Amino acid sequence: MKGLYDNEMKLEFACKSNNEAFARISVAAFASQLDPTIEELADIKTAVSEAVTNCIIHAYDGLEEGTVKVEAKLKDNTIYIEIADTGKGIENIEIAKKPLYTSKPNLERSGMGFTIMESFMDEVIVESIVHLGTKVTMKKSIKKEQTIQKKQEEIVEQNSEKEGEFYDI
Amino acid sequence: MDVNFQTETKTLVLQLTEEIDHHTTKKIRRIADYEIERYMPRKVVFDFHHVTFMDSAGIGMILGRYKMIKMLGGTLELSHVNQNVHKILEMSGVLKICPIQEYSKTN
Repeated sequence: MKGLYDNEMKLEFACKSNNEAFARISVAAFASQLDPTIEELADIKTAVSEAVTNCIIHAYDGLEEGTVKVEAKLKDNTIYIEIADTGKGIENIEIAKKPLYTSKPNLERSGMGFTIMESFMDEVIVESIVHLGTKVTMKKSIKKEQTIQKKQEEIVEQNSEKEGEFYDI
Repeated sequence: MDVNFQTETKTLVLQLTEEIDHHTTKKIRRIADYEIERYMPRKVVFDFHHVTFMDSAGIGMILGRYKMIKMLGGTLELSHVNQNVHKILEMSGVLKICPIQEYSKTN
């Protein structure tokens, strides 16, 4: 498949809370193609978990009806993740994004979901239409400095091996 | 979740054994509340040694237990927190109210 992206995947699952682990592990497995560090992978997992949890608790009010769609795309060391539901939507996104704000204080929620997504990912865009649904789009670039450095070291090593051969002759 | 109560120090150690998210906090909350009410400990320790993942649901769960333990006159401590969990705890301000300690079973 040749398209705009290097690779892409789509998932759709019932909005049951036991699918939260499934969603974040799947996205992490997909993202591992970019060769991220353990920390970067943990950031992605956490952000996905927050977004999917929001769909389950808020969009469908925990009724376990409806589905959550997760799409992930890779392009040039960057992962784009889209998490969408067709639930009740968010009336005021600005308020929802505020740290410590939660519309369900009785559930012992911390109100940190969007704050965590924003600080763990490079970019987070929330689009929502009341009664139609919400879509969260996140982007994260995987820092390649370490891998580039490693490759350079490998090349240097190979070269020095060749030099060694040369001198052996 | 492994539960360990030390009678001399009245310390309840709750060893969390799985990933902590919205789904698993339901069970953790139920067990923790039951054990806390049963032992009435002076100190509760959440041991994160086997926890590889935690999201904001864990924060809500910790804060909820903190309030409960405080009301009963005890303290809450966290131990063996890994880097990823630490990041979330720090961001949410939990570390300001629950100290992290390296806890060994001989204590």
